Amino acid sequence: MAHQDTLNGAEILLKALVDQGVEVIFGYPGGAVLPIYDEMFKQNRLRHILVRHEQAAVHAAEGYARSTGKVGCVLVTSGPGATNTVTGLTDALMDSIPLVCITGQVPTSLIGNDAFQEADITGITRPCTKHNYLVKDVNNLAKTIHEAFHVARSGRPGPVLVDLPKDVVQSKGEYQPPSRVKSKYKPQVKGDLKAIEKAVDMIAKAKRPIVYVGGGVINSGPAACQLLTQFVRMTGFPCTQTLMGLGAFPGSDPLSLGMLGMHGTFEANLAMHGCDLMINVGARFDDRVTGRVNAFAPYSKKIHIDIDPSSINKNVLVDLSVVGDAAHILEDLIKVWKARQVRMDDKALKAWWSEIEGWRSRNCLHFETSNKIIKPQYALQRLYELTKHKNPYITTEVGQHQMWAAQHFKFEQPNHWMTSGGLGTMGYGLPAAMGVQTAHPDALVIDISGESSFQMNLQEMATLCQHRLPVKVFILNNQYMGMVRQWQELIHGGRYSESHMHTHPDFVKLADAFGAVGLRAESPGEVDDLIKEMIAVDRPVIADLRTDASENCFPMIMPGMAHNEMVLGPEDRSLDKPGSEEDGMVLV
Amino acid sequence: MTHIAEAIERHTIAVLVDNEAGVLARVIGLFSGRGYNIESLTVAEVDNREQLSRITIVTTGTKMIVEQIKNQLRRLVPVHKVSDLTIEGAHVSRELALVKVASTGEKRVEALRIADIFRANVIDATNESFVFEVVGATDKVDAFIRLMEPLGLADVSRTGVVAIARGPAAL
Repeated sequence: MAHQDTLNGAEILLKALVDQGVEVIFGYPGGAVLPIYDEMFKQNRLRHILVRHEQAAVHAAEGYARSTGKVGCVLVTSGPGATNTVTGLTDALMDSIPLVCITGQVPTSLIGNDAFQEADITGITRPCTKHNYLVKDVNNLAKTIHEAFHVARSGRPGPVLVDLPKDVVQSKGEYQPPSRVKSKYKPQVKGDLKAIEKAVDMIAKAKRPIVYVGGGVINSGPAACQLLTQFVRMTGFPCTQTLMGLGAFPGSDPLSLGMLGMHGTFEANLAMHGCDLMINVGARFDDRVTGRVNAFAPYSKKIHIDIDPSSINKNVLVDLSVVGDAAHILEDLIKVWKARQVRMDDKALKAWWSEIEGWRSRNCLHFETSNKIIKPQYALQRLYELTKHKNPYITTEVGQHQMWAAQHFKFEQPNHWMTSGGLGTMGYGLPAAMGVQTAHPDALVIDISGESSFQMNLQEMATLCQHRLPVKVFILNNQYMGMVRQWQELIHGGRYSESHMHTHPDFVKLADAFGAVGLRAESPGEVDDLIKEMIAVDRPVIADLRTDASENCFPMIMPGMAHNEMVLGPEDRSLDKPGSEEDGMVLV
Repeated sequence: MTHIAEAIERHTIAVLVDNEAGVLARVIGLFSGRGYNIESLTVAEVDNREQLSRITIVTTGTKMIVEQIKNQLRRLVPVHKVSDLTIEGAHVSRELALVKVASTGEKRVEALRIADIFRANVIDATNESFVFEVVGATDKVDAFIRLMEPLGLADVSRTGVVAIARGPAAL
């Protein structure tokens, strides 16, 4: 007979989730998780968002996690339910987003038998999760869930998958509260003080410094962003952010050089190229940032602050590394700096800034305006100007529109910019916006989208309507996979192989079919009205902006080129030079 | 200028892990997924009470790659300790091989003589064959197998390298 304290596995799971602070689960039911859904039916502590595809559940949980700093939670069934999460999990791993994904599994007695809806999901997701578990005994269930959340949020965050066979959630066992679970997983958070002292020595000697900030600072939390801002303002150093780092430092601050990398600003990339000291906080020298590695910041000493030791010296050898949490390290760095009353070489710094201002005056994000056709950059500038007072949450899909959004929006705070950086997942933005809106019901949440990416997960419009999530989908519709078209124009001789979609749905009618609101703008004069109406509507919106199909995203560092070999626009002569694939990393 | 040291080095790395399902797959998947080399990999439980296994990996790569390998291993949740025996002081390493030689007459006698020199034990014998057990550093085992080739070498089974640091310190 079952003891009084025993619960069934499904009850244990839900209790553990509540104890871990979960409020929302993004999921989709199916055979193997029916006992869990049955238990969910009987409670009202956990809100469930019923998605239309499991991939979207994971992206929604990512959006939720990125905009709140909490762990996102997903529940799906075995087999296809589980395999559909793989893209989302990989996306979360690449961008270090904390998630716990619970998958159903066939009963333990059937595992390995090629049972109906069986997939070896722990095997499949081993390389695309931070860690995963298969729970075979109901008495280990609570402990495993608590540990999964601990692993997901500690150190460098990431997705954790817990596979639950149906018989485990149906059998009775004992619940253990989080306080009784001691995890052996303890990543280093405090940085080595000696290394921090050395960093201060190096900083004090710098004549042409730059702070290069990545998503690690945002992952560390608002405190880290505050400390970073304090450090940058205290030193007066220029600060550039990666795609993932936007919002870690106020975008409108004059010390900010904006984004760096392949489509980064002229001033950010040239400052990276010319610096004599680079202070990397929570970035990972991604190939989209470095360009050709052997020509990357050739005159610089490099300090790398990162919580993940495997990020150090992976792509670029650095002179000093400090492993730990950005907030702890920045706090110590500021403390040591103040205690030593460091005097910078003000004259050198002034000269460095005047060089940077010279680059900035090139106004590299400039574009040809038109009063006939909507330029995508114009649409985004208007969107930014007309929404910034509402402090909106912006998600994007992947491609030209994503880069333009990163260039033209300025983020003053962290956690307001959600984009698929590492994996580059088309179809990310809509479900991510869904997750953001779930966490912030009253906020303005906009998915800046392209017509191609939008169609990769457009089924989620139904989820938005069902759960009354008034996400605004802002489609820059140029009828092309724009970034593919751009590369084909610039690199593949203008042969537009399969990048043009001849047929698109009528997005306004499509919105109507879902019960959302459809809006369209075909000329620049209609853009402001469209944006104002979009914001005013308290329902999901699909806004279809017919934009210039031939527009390319500049500046651009062509594949295999270095930071000082940027192409600034269509008139730039250096476009004629082919990219090099000989030295350093071959870039795709 | 960023300089990448190109010289390829061979390292013996000891890894202490939780003896749980999938841990070996995680380690091997890390090597295949990131394109690292494995020359030898051995694993067995070494602490029954704490349920710990020890994996010994012999790998090759540039200095930067070997550093990456160790950091990537440390990142795995069930990994407790990673120790690069090649750089952390002196260590001893051994391998065991079972070597089957099928021959008759003078070749058979010669095989026994060489086995004696290598201090290999005969652990199975028939009228047409021997199975030798030879223990030693990898090159000793290699040498023994090479010498057996003309003498009727039929089959080889090797454990791969196990290694431990010299002196009183433990992993």
